[in-house]
Amino acid sequence: MSGTAGGEMLKVRDLHAFYGKSHVLRGVNMDVPKGSVTALLGRNGVGRSTTAKAIMGEVAPKGDIWFKGEAISGLPSHSIACKGLGYVPENRDVFPLMSVRDNLLLGIKDMRKPGRWSIEQMLDMFPNLKSRADTAAGVLSGGEKQMLTICRTLMGDPDLIIIDEPTEGLAPKIVTQVGELIAEIARAGVSILLVEQKLSIALKIARQVYVMGHGEIVYHGTPEEFRERDDIRREWLEV
Amino acid sequence: METVVFALLNGLIYGLLLFMLSSGLTLIFSMMGVLNMAHASFYMLGAYFAFTLGQHTGFWFALFLAPICVGAAGACVEKWGLRKVHARGHVAELLFTFGLAYVIEELVKIVWGKFAVAYEIPPELNYSLFELFGSQYPAYRIFMLAVSIAMLAGLWYLLKRTRIGLIIQASLTHPHMVSHLGHNVPRIFMLVFAAGCALAGLAGVIGGNYLVTEPSMAFSIGPIVFVVVVVGGMGSLEGAFIASLLIGFLQTFAISIDSSFAEIFSFAGLSADGDIGRITIASLAPMLPFLLLVLMLMLRPRGLMGEREF
Repeated sequence: MSGTAGGEMLKVRDLHAFYGKSHVLRGVNMDVPKGSVTALLGRNGVGRSTTAKAIMGEVAPKGDIWFKGEAISGLPSHSIACKGLGYVPENRDVFPLMSVRDNLLLGIKDMRKPGRWSIEQMLDMFPNLKSRADTAAGVLSGGEKQMLTICRTLMGDPDLIIIDEPTEGLAPKIVTQVGELIAEIARAGVSILLVEQKLSIALKIARQVYVMGHGEIVYHGTPEEFRERDDIRREWLEV
Repeated sequence: METVVFALLNGLIYGLLLFMLSSGLTLIFSMMGVLNMAHASFYMLGAYFAFTLGQHTGFWFALFLAPICVGAAGACVEKWGLRKVHARGHVAELLFTFGLAYVIEELVKIVWGKFAVAYEIPPELNYSLFELFGSQYPAYRIFMLAVSIAMLAGLWYLLKRTRIGLIIQASLTHPHMVSHLGHNVPRIFMLVFAAGCALAGLAGVIGGNYLVTEPSMAFSIGPIVFVVVVVGGMGSLEGAFIASLLIGFLQTFAISIDSSFAEIFSFAGLSADGDIGRITIASLAPMLPFLLLVLMLMLRPRGLMGEREF
């Protein structure tokens, strides 16, 4: 499938997941190539977030998941994270009572092995976060919280980040900023699986597009190919 | 004046001892979502371990060794017991710890017998340190105070000033997120449980010889510790600290007041003859913490500083 030069970072085959008795994922197949942005699109409730959670071990997965060639299906979340798979969940889970700086500090997995990003570098990149470095993260705006959760995950030096609905509920101007940040991370060599409902950002920065419906992948192609497919858009994405 | 100073000192010491128990319990509560009914049993184990270890190594080694042993026992309980029960929900966890409290009590009776053991204050601390208003003040109480303050400072430093402390705090509120950042949350939970048990064990080591080391000691202090945690606010360390001191002072002050209701009423210009008049404030002391618990749940269910309602 993927056919990109860098090879696959993440490979998902016949992935199933259940919430109690309801069968939420019904055989998801997906490849995330190295060094670029891959978008996973779909309406609410089709299983996009569950796919992310199953890959990360938060929801029990049935099926095969390989990350950098290694089988990770069924491993505990922290082991998956330690292999270099970062995850920014949809609810922007900052630690609200801790300062911005402490939030970033907790993103570091092992203090003895510094990653390619330092806290100071990160704060320099984001003046908004820098001016509030010692403020409790709970009082930040939605956009700032989103930036912080992405930066916190970067502190763990991941090779691939799964970002779930980063633009939900944000003002259009902030959406653009978040999009730019994600594109910049990809340029720095980190692969990204962007789970989104909105098409605008995804089509601008993604190299590959997957569309999900009823717990499985219903379309896969490049953004250019996708733009031609009004039928897919109408059937699976428009509300 | 004399009564007030003694009650203040004793209340402080008793309150800090309660905090040693309630701090661990409240951390474990944040983690499990239910009260650990067996928490005071680890306090009892601390006293018994110190008694037995002390016979071989002396009190000072036992002071360090016994809490470590209790912590190790706690880690085993968490790893092989609670972790499995956790998946089945809160009721199962609560019943598990309830059963565990009885199991520990029966085990203690089998190993050490049904009656109190002769776990005594070490001779080098069994003297009066100073004289206050003509009364001797035992050195051991000041030692208890010093150990409690050292523990308080250590706990505060660990939780607020170290990265592992930040990871612990974050794990208590956002376990999934913390594990996605690559931290081993099940191991952190085991360490928190073990550390909470070790603190309870330490309270047993320094309290067991001052009070009495017997199989019923867990059940006599356990309910008071629950009161502290509920009054302080479930899951709040600051709340547990304030509530520990509050209940410490409340009880020691009440005990030291000998006046009866008749005297108080007559002071207020009322008359209260008969049975009610004969009740003394001191005799109400054991009831006060529970009265506070009941009132707290009625009037302020989230406790002094808690974030969630019980």
